[in-house]
Amino acid sequence: MKKLTTTLAALILMGSTPLFAHGDKVKVGMITTLSGGGSGLGIDVRDGFMLAVKGKKNISVITKDDQRKPDIAVQLADKMIQSDKVDVLTGIIWSNLAMAVVPATVNQGKFYLSPNAGPSKLAGKGCHKNYFNVAWQNDNLHEAAGGYANSAGFKNSFILAPNYPAGKDALTGYKRYFKGSLAGEIYTKLGQKDYAAEIAQIRASGADSVFFFLPGGMGIGFMKQFSQSGIKLPVVGPAFSFDQGILKAVGEAALGVKNTSQWSKDIDNAANKKFVKDFQSEYGRLPSLYASQGYDTGKLLISAMSKAKIKNKDKFRDALRKADFASTRGKFSFDTNHHPIQDIYVREVIKEGKVLTNKIVSVGLKNHSNAYVSECKM
Amino acid sequence: MTSILFFEQLLNGVQFGTMLFLMSAGLTLIFGVMGLINLAHGSFYMIGAFSAALIAGLTGSFWLALLASLSGAAIAGVLIEIIIIRRLYRRDHLDQVLATFALILLLSEGVRWCFGAFPLFLDIPSNLNGTLPILDNLIYSKYRLFIIMMGFLIAFGLYILITKTRLGVRIRAGQNDRQMISALGVDISKLYTIVFALGASLAGLAGAMIGAIQSVEVGMGEPILILAFVVIVIGGIGSIKGALIGSILVGVTDTIGRIFLPEVLKIFMEPASATSVGSSIGSMLIYILMALILIIKPSGLFGKN
Repeated sequence: MKKLTTTLAALILMGSTPLFAHGDKVKVGMITTLSGGGSGLGIDVRDGFMLAVKGKKNISVITKDDQRKPDIAVQLADKMIQSDKVDVLTGIIWSNLAMAVVPATVNQGKFYLSPNAGPSKLAGKGCHKNYFNVAWQNDNLHEAAGGYANSAGFKNSFILAPNYPAGKDALTGYKRYFKGSLAGEIYTKLGQKDYAAEIAQIRASGADSVFFFLPGGMGIGFMKQFSQSGIKLPVVGPAFSFDQGILKAVGEAALGVKNTSQWSKDIDNAANKKFVKDFQSEYGRLPSLYASQGYDTGKLLISAMSKAKIKNKDKFRDALRKADFASTRGKFSFDTNHHPIQDIYVREVIKEGKVLTNKIVSVGLKNHSNAYVSECKM
Repeated sequence: MTSILFFEQLLNGVQFGTMLFLMSAGLTLIFGVMGLINLAHGSFYMIGAFSAALIAGLTGSFWLALLASLSGAAIAGVLIEIIIIRRLYRRDHLDQVLATFALILLLSEGVRWCFGAFPLFLDIPSNLNGTLPILDNLIYSKYRLFIIMMGFLIAFGLYILITKTRLGVRIRAGQNDRQMISALGVDISKLYTIVFALGASLAGLAGAMIGAIQSVEVGMGEPILILAFVVIVIGGIGSIKGALIGSILVGVTDTIGRIFLPEVLKIFMEPASATSVGSSIGSMLIYILMALILIIKPSGLFGKN
């Protein structure tokens, strides 16, 4: 009897998860951060993606939580590729996790569509024909911040970022465009929350401006402590520390800060208006840039599926490369290293009624690609 | 590198240390009295911060929020001790680690379920906002001074509690010989509940005070829990005095190390790699300190053999 029940159970299990994708159905494995610190980012990417593919019967998505740990992300990827037989992987937020997962994934012939992390290695020497980044190359927003710093007349910046691949890309990106000198340069611990020591350095450095890249909860602590420190220097940074998910937690300290982003909820095009409206009615909150990236990733996948079957890898790849979808950012195309060419905006944190949010002030960099295109030999 | 800056960084280190003390005092007490390794201690830090954010959101008062963090974490501590922890005292340390690790997952998910995955807002009161001139060229955040003061007040309070009160006598007796004091008619299970709730409420208070200048989010307790363990290993497991000295030592080493190491390395390396190498070594420094102390004193600075 016991044997019979186990066999039955096994049969039911097999029935509920088809062992291989057939026809032109696409199985997507989403590995993203859903618990612990930084889970707001992963949840937004997931929700944006799910909104884009909502009602598409030929796309099935398996979502798993990487807990922001590289080893767990690698295990999940192995399992999704080997036993779940996914066709496409996506979802990773953090560059150190992407570096651990992406190369092995694309080398096994799977597609990886990055909705967030864009480490420089994967854009340059480590680029791959099956890897597409739908968000940005890591340096991009910081390059725009550097450009903005010039136009704002900053001459001597103090810059800081966490000590991990994206942090290094951030400071490199800022320095690539910023023409002034540096009053100081600090790498902080990843996940650090207290910046008293760094703020003391800033105070003593004689800088005329501060650039920082501290995504997720790290930026909340920094902005609050910086505004309490009484230092009156102007601050500029990428959108990650001033985005919808965390503005509420930063509070008034963020008001008026200029930040750079490839997306904003007030970009004027039909796709974006629909996205903002649908996202609000589906989830009851304003979307963040992460949500827009997840959404665009979903739309890109759908556009490729309408042109080619996933079984025919070369055709499918060509279809992806065309990026023939209505992006929430308006104009969007891929450069030869499969990273976006897009406008990057300068936004300002404002108050709409009681809600803190962003509005576009100017276009920072037009039709911007990335610095690693020439290094990529595909 | 001026001496003023050095002094300011020293203060930052002490402030960090006093916060670590609130965490590690509870941890070391619980281990000393009950022999329990409590990995879920960081969860009380989180519960304290979330209780504070909730009450601050409802009432707008930071002081009520601090009170809420103390009582919220203490209530959670009492409940968890009675329902779960009580069954673990006689078990092997490995069982305790396993059970309290499961508690971390349960509590984190529970809090996320109630409050969502996005960080909550908790701000410092307006009369502690801003800075205070301490020396000629040194201005320092009022709120951080407040944290240092609170830390030392609580350290003093704990000292009085342990050395001068009846409860303190029992706690010390419990540390020395668990079986003997229950044989002498002390209600041991009540004592355990009190000690556990005391530890939890100290962690909760730390969570609320730090949450106000950092961020109140799920999983905020685990990074600081690791440091608290480093502190009690350095200070000697079970010793409150060790926890205090260890906390300040770790706080100052961490702060001074991560700021000044890159500067020192710049003397004989190019700036970019000095920054990167320096911050990498800086973040290892407290573990190196721990290793060194364990080599010289294997049971920690104030530990019994």
